[in-house]
Amino acid sequence: MEAPLNAQYIRNLILGAHGIFDHIVHFYHLCALDWVDIVSALKADPKDTADLAQQLSAWPKNSRHEMKASQDRLKTFVNSGQLGVYASGYWGHKAMKLPPKVNLLAFSHYLQALDYQQRINKVVAILGSKTPHIQNLAVGGVANPINPDSQSALNMERLYYVKTLIDEIGDFIKNVYMVDVAAVGAIYADWTTYGKGVTNYLCVPDMPLDTAGTKFELPGGYIANGDVSSFKAITSFKDDYFKENVKESIKHSWYQGDWDRHPWEEETVPNMTEYDENGKYSWVKAPTFKGKPAQVGPLANVLCMFAAGHKPTVKYATGTLDTVNAVLSMLGSSTRVSVNSLHSTIGRIAGRAIRCAVLHDALVSQWQVLIDNIGKGDYATYNEPVFPKGEQMGFGFHEAPRGMLSHWVVIKDGKIKNYQCVVPSTWNAAPRNSEDAKGPYEAALIGNPVADPEKPLEVLRTVHSFDPCLACAIHMVDSNNKKIVKVRAF
Amino acid sequence: MSPNQTASNSNCPESAKNEDSKDSGQSFLNVLVLGLGNILLSDESAGVKAVEELQNRYDCSDAVEIVDGGTMGLELLPYFEGRSHILIIDAVKSGNEPGTVTRIGDPPAFLQEKTSPHQIGLPDVLRIAAITGSLPRNVILLGIEPKRLSTGLNLSAEVALNLNRLVEMVVAELDKIGIKVQSKKSNPTNPGVIGNVPGNSIEDRKNRK
Repeated sequence: MEAPLNAQYIRNLILGAHGIFDHIVHFYHLCALDWVDIVSALKADPKDTADLAQQLSAWPKNSRHEMKASQDRLKTFVNSGQLGVYASGYWGHKAMKLPPKVNLLAFSHYLQALDYQQRINKVVAILGSKTPHIQNLAVGGVANPINPDSQSALNMERLYYVKTLIDEIGDFIKNVYMVDVAAVGAIYADWTTYGKGVTNYLCVPDMPLDTAGTKFELPGGYIANGDVSSFKAITSFKDDYFKENVKESIKHSWYQGDWDRHPWEEETVPNMTEYDENGKYSWVKAPTFKGKPAQVGPLANVLCMFAAGHKPTVKYATGTLDTVNAVLSMLGSSTRVSVNSLHSTIGRIAGRAIRCAVLHDALVSQWQVLIDNIGKGDYATYNEPVFPKGEQMGFGFHEAPRGMLSHWVVIKDGKIKNYQCVVPSTWNAAPRNSEDAKGPYEAALIGNPVADPEKPLEVLRTVHSFDPCLACAIHMVDSNNKKIVKVRAF
Repeated sequence: MSPNQTASNSNCPESAKNEDSKDSGQSFLNVLVLGLGNILLSDESAGVKAVEELQNRYDCSDAVEIVDGGTMGLELLPYFEGRSHILIIDAVKSGNEPGTVTRIGDPPAFLQEKTSPHQIGLPDVLRIAAITGSLPRNVILLGIEPKRLSTGLNLSAEVALNLNRLVEMVVAELDKIGIKVQSKKSNPTNPGVIGNVPGNSIEDRKNRK
């Protein structure tokens, strides 16, 4: 089953835009408040803030006026008594170290990021028909008709609008997001020594460039024990090295039995018993690669692409580390960071920013190849699939924003006999496996400092650095406990 | 936050504290009725089904926009802008009998729990809307107690039978704001999302055995 070139490129554009959207929102709106004390931003001098910002980046929206406007908005918000909605935020926590002007700068960009995330999400909506939950995917291609002259198809006007949105987000990623991550990372450079966790890294190649999926824009593979030189590539959608080495264990999970099985052989029969940290204690299964737990996500992706010598990755990874070192030297610190510093809590946050820039370059090139291919007169977006008879086993993978995602299916006589999803947060949130080796979250929390046990901000920093996908499907409100306590991993 | 500051559980919306009467003379009305929930998880979908039912049964004026928010996160923000009132309709767990309807007058304060590990949810969106100044003062959460959150497209019998109450509560809330809604004439081709026989799905019949 092959998909037409246009279908591959359109899928790749959605994939890249969605990844960029996720990474920006994760940094500014989910994890930044673990590091940025917005109340402290009220004490900053907007002029000092703008001076600092202009020293770090040429972004036009770093003016004194812009900083003052953000601070005024924050003042209005605080004075209106609505800070209550942030009441359980960790303002003034001992582990918050950014000076007021950096807090104001970050808050200002938090507001700007709300605008930019919306713009890149438009790319997903235009090509995928809606977001979230795109509607255009089909077995054999995509459901987007291409016709440069039609108002009701994917035409040149839409494609150039997509290009405008891609260019706008590129400026934001390179002049704001990457710079902020480097500046915050430099001030919190001590966090390069915490949160390492599991250093077996797994990712898959993505953005296929041919109809069969044998050449990819972004490489993938496996690194064992944090040793970049051990990298082994996964080279196609049918790669045996990947297919044969994924298993899941349920020794510590609330499912019936105790086994290590390949996804095609698995079953999912819930068996909730009491919470027993030596026995079963999690709804999450424990996936393994070559029998070992593995970390997935942007950092795994960046380290593997770096090991594969992928040029944009090497450029942005080196560039980010150089910026961090420049800020460290500006601060008068003798600390310096290197690729090894990325095996850490703050390294995962940096990895996400680096991947975001890599995805943006890929987006630009995928847009161009799509236009070039349409220019040749090829408008095909779909091949009708033919489903083979008898028992069939298949799998598919994708490098999702939170990491490597794989789905495994067994089809018998035209019906699904078994379907297993092995998803990024399952890899990272895994309980111990059959050999009692810890999963990435568990391992990363060991040795994590906690200044105030009542306010475990540092634990949140490490867990948030993985971009967990928990409870995302439950939107219910609990009026007694206030907390929404349902936790699921997807 | 004191507990009595938030929810007054009642099957009768009129008995809920009306703190909004002072705003009824507001010069413009632009109301968002936002149904939230995951339609794949039985009663989790109550909010979405309630707004579908509202649309099926009533003609609302141009001052009201009804939106199926599904499981959206930050994507909700643009829908908040320029509103005078926001009514959020969702499954709300308050420990009461399944099907009980609830009115929460100040959801941003009520949802102030900050440290949830998951991705952007309703509390985060309300917070961000408050900080960017796009959240009106009148935000009200109307909910119904779920019974079952397992995978499934049908509501439980309890929630299905009481969904009308939730819909009526929305209508009453709109009335309080100053918006009259017109009942549509009965339309046999469009029986509404609850179906003709609430609580009589295959799943419900199985459960009764």
